[in-house]
Amino acid sequence: MTARRLFAIAALGLLLATSFGAGLLPKFSYSAQHREFTDAAPSLRFPLGTDELGRDRMARLLSATRVSLVFAAAASLGALILAALIGGVAGYCGGWCDRALVHGIDLMLSLPWLFLLLAVRALLPLNAAPLTSLLATYALLALLGWASPARVVRAGVRSLRDSEFVLQARAEGVTELRILLRHVLPNLRPILLAQFWTSIPLFILTEANLGFLGLSAGEPFPTWGSLLRELQDPLLVRPEAFAPVAAIALSVVCFKLLSPRGGYQV
Amino acid sequence: MPRWFTRMARQLGALGVTVLLGGALTATLVRTSPGFDTDERLLDPRLDAQSRAAIEAEHAADGNVARFYVRHVGALLRGDWGISPSLKAPIGTLIRSRLPVTAEIMAIGIAGGWVLAFTLALAAVLWPGWARVGGALSVTALSVPAAALAVLIFSTGGPIRAIIALILFPRLFDFLRNLLADAYAQPHIVTARAKGLNPALILIRHVLPVCAPQLLALAGVSASMAFGAAIPVETLCDLPGIGQLAWKAALARDLPVLVSLTMLITLLTQICNAVSDWAGAGLQKGHA
Amino acid sequence: MTRRFLPVLVVAFTSTALAQIGGDLRFCLRADPKTFDPLLVEDDNSEAVRYLTGGVLLRVNRVSQQFTPELAASWKVDEQGRRITFHLRHGVAFSDGTPFSADDVTYTMNRLMDPQLHSATADPFRSSSIPPRITQLSADTVSVTFGAPVSGLERLFDQVAILSAHSPRKLAAVLGPFQVAEYKPGIEVRLSRNPNYWKTDAGGRRLPYADQIHLQIQQNRDLELVRFRRGEIDLINSVDPEVFERLAHDAPSSVTDAGVSLESEMMWFNQAPSAPLPSYKKAWFASQAFRRAVSEGINRADLARIVFKGHAQPAAGPISPANRFWFNTTLRPHPFDVPSALRRLQEEGFQMRNGQLYDGGGHAVEFSILTNAGNRSRERMATMIQQDLTALGMRVNVVTLDFPSLLERMTQTFQYEACLLGLTNLDLDPGAQMNVWLSSAANHQWNPNQKSAATPWEAEIDRLMRRQASELRPEARKRLFDRVQQIVWEQEPFLYLVNKDSLMALSPQLQNTAPAAVAPQAYWNIEVLRKSSQLAGNR
Repeated sequence: MTARRLFAIAALGLLLATSFGAGLLPKFSYSAQHREFTDAAPSLRFPLGTDELGRDRMARLLSATRVSLVFAAAASLGALILAALIGGVAGYCGGWCDRALVHGIDLMLSLPWLFLLLAVRALLPLNAAPLTSLLATYALLALLGWASPARVVRAGVRSLRDSEFVLQARAEGVTELRILLRHVLPNLRPILLAQFWTSIPLFILTEANLGFLGLSAGEPFPTWGSLLRELQDPLLVRPEAFAPVAAIALSVVCFKLLSPRGGYQV
Repeated sequence: MPRWFTRMARQLGALGVTVLLGGALTATLVRTSPGFDTDERLLDPRLDAQSRAAIEAEHAADGNVARFYVRHVGALLRGDWGISPSLKAPIGTLIRSRLPVTAEIMAIGIAGGWVLAFTLALAAVLWPGWARVGGALSVTALSVPAAALAVLIFSTGGPIRAIIALILFPRLFDFLRNLLADAYAQPHIVTARAKGLNPALILIRHVLPVCAPQLLALAGVSASMAFGAAIPVETLCDLPGIGQLAWKAALARDLPVLVSLTMLITLLTQICNAVSDWAGAGLQKGHA
Repeated sequence: MTRRFLPVLVVAFTSTALAQIGGDLRFCLRADPKTFDPLLVEDDNSEAVRYLTGGVLLRVNRVSQQFTPELAASWKVDEQGRRITFHLRHGVAFSDGTPFSADDVTYTMNRLMDPQLHSATADPFRSSSIPPRITQLSADTVSVTFGAPVSGLERLFDQVAILSAHSPRKLAAVLGPFQVAEYKPGIEVRLSRNPNYWKTDAGGRRLPYADQIHLQIQQNRDLELVRFRRGEIDLINSVDPEVFERLAHDAPSSVTDAGVSLESEMMWFNQAPSAPLPSYKKAWFASQAFRRAVSEGINRADLARIVFKGHAQPAAGPISPANRFWFNTTLRPHPFDVPSALRRLQEEGFQMRNGQLYDGGGHAVEFSILTNAGNRSRERMATMIQQDLTALGMRVNVVTLDFPSLLERMTQTFQYEACLLGLTNLDLDPGAQMNVWLSSAANHQWNPNQKSAATPWEAEIDRLMRRQASELRPEARKRLFDRVQQIVWEQEPFLYLVNKDSLMALSPQLQNTAPAAVAPQAYWNIEVLRKSSQLAGNR
């Protein structure tokens, strides 16, 4: 393991440990409004100051970190399963099936999915807890995020299908199922793993961008994206309000360091 | 009938079907999205029953999505884009007046992103010391959410047009670095470098031709990436381009505008991909 | 040397001389105007263009809130408020030189009343089933006769820009201080001075002072602020409290708080019987004690202080104190009083157990407040109310939706529990709010389109509103509408939260400004606005 990977794992571990640890402390409430201390500067009591309603920024950031990291990883896993299924089928079957699926992938990438997000948010019951609505948002992101990795999986499967050892296995009369399970899937693992690590930061950034547009979790529930909304008027906020950007950047860098190099994926 | 003709016809057919399908899916999505039948104007307490009924009738006209779609596609074939209900302007005019804005920021973004990414990737491959610089820059650019980056540059009066370049750069950089590293590792290029051949000559004569198919594919993809980035950038930075039009239309549930835009964008993406595919295939053949 | 110097001097002199007449004003519109037809205006941006270019028969003065004569030198209301007769000003011409006469007023009114036009401006004219009749009595006298008496008749004409009946330039010929010179979609609407504008200043100089107005289309408020700071625009008609505070800190002379405006923020519970809500929730929302308790559980002073940075005040009722004549001065905002709220709830059969409130049937009190996504101050208010109501043991969920989705729930499916929105009164007269207060009306938001009034107090509001509509004496109307405000205060179908201040940014160079609480706050006297550099040239 290289020093970079070690650093990444340590940093992510620390981030997760602090955020989960803070969740256990009753003092750290992300929703309590200290109305006498709105827009307060950093102090011992509020290390990152308070927001416009007097809520502890540190408590909100830690809580958001917990949610965003866990959910992004889960969404990434979901998207990957879909990508593996669809990309795998396209790559392995080839022919018209492949062509149709490739067109489907292209289509997926060019439709205005924002509507589906708006619709799902609007169709949720109003008394759904903010966590539920966030769960729905991430589930949807996972449902929509398979297209890009599916392309990579398809390419990988295709090259495996045409590889010599598979051809040889087939010539020896090994059943297709066995080829798939014993030869193709194990060799696909590095590709899938790489996709997993690369798509986590993508989900983090997507949620951040959605939050920026006001489409992430409802008040008072914090996520990285919803915390970024303070920055909509960057001229009016204090420097410590940029802390979520730093947290996002740090975690994205770490995931980047964890994901293997090489390959021609965009 | 020549073979290239059948292939082209088949590709064109697939293109047409994809575009039509994209339009139909968008129309269905928009039609079933919540709030499609509402109109902010109905909150105006001055309106009497007749005016309210007239506004409601306007919406009912687009209520049957299949009928709307057939009518819209029919009109499109005659060159008529229709009228935007939310902006009260001909869609053709809207697109024409906004296209140059988007084209400009995309062109600057793509050019800037490619120059930055290619230079740094080449430097990273040729001089290992540069690998760190390029990598650090690319990770930094990648890790800041695009929307935050856009607003930050925008409100500090920075160059808005550089934003798309900054968004594209890290994605291009990784790809180009790996591509160039593989190319420079090929035996004939290693030999050429060892012989002390002019580096520029090596790049142009040997490296670029090897990479050409992937480079072309990347060019196609970068166009659609640039457009994807243009939507938030135009929305947040208030640039009157196609991306901003799409966003406004989405918020206003403007069915004709959204369907027209999706069809246009699907068409352009598909053409970009097809052209880079063809060019790539042609080059590979030539190279072989 | 001298010979060279002379032309330079001459050029310098002529340019100052030109500057005394000329000069450009710049400010922003939030989006493209949807129409340049003054009779079809529905959005704020088209309204701005109409205000700057349209000439009207009479105007409500935005500061004194009194009617002032414009194209009509005088007018008279008679036949028990059924008829208004205008005597037109002489020697007035449209921007293209076409003379103005009674023909133009007749033409405008006829076009406005065309049922095919579906003009929102026209609807208030049609309060009775008989359409108004327009009679041209002479070249300078026109009368409009209505089917039934219309109270506060004059105010309707503040919105009607007179069109030319004869000008070949059609809509482009205007009677207001400016005319549309150029429109670049998404970029700018450029207005140029109307050379034939009829008003002059005290010194006899033809108004307006400014040569051109650049209305730059700018959706983003940050960029507007940046441009204002750089001096690229001269005013921001309405600024957010945060921006106001920031500017007040950096350049105190550039911001003005013109006092409380006509805008109020409010919240209401869904009382529609068809709403798909459990019956116990409907029972809470229909209970006056419940609504009053929630109202007393909200700290309005905190909302004003924190969300609006002190640039708002707790609201008492449907009419803002900015509306000098119509505001019921006996009403006070509901106090923040948790013990009283808890008492009310207890009397109504609610019980508090372990910090959670339960109704008589044992249902935990829990509801959602819906507001529109993207409106930061509403989201903040809802979040603060959420915390305030925990003191009453109520669990509140804040839900933000994009506006069309919210509208669907609010007006079509009624799938919501409480809603927090704002209200902008464009019209000072309560006659404009008929469609809000009548129980049969579509804009009677808490329970619209009732066949017959659901409650005795709504029936009383119906009676009072109908009576004020046919009453002509302003004082008598005021007494009737005061009672409506009183009932709304007692029953709280709408929980009025705050009245926002009218905040604006004005370049210190701008002269003759007279900030008003009524739209268009900063530029309602556009014809006399000018920059100090222009003033210097004038001396």
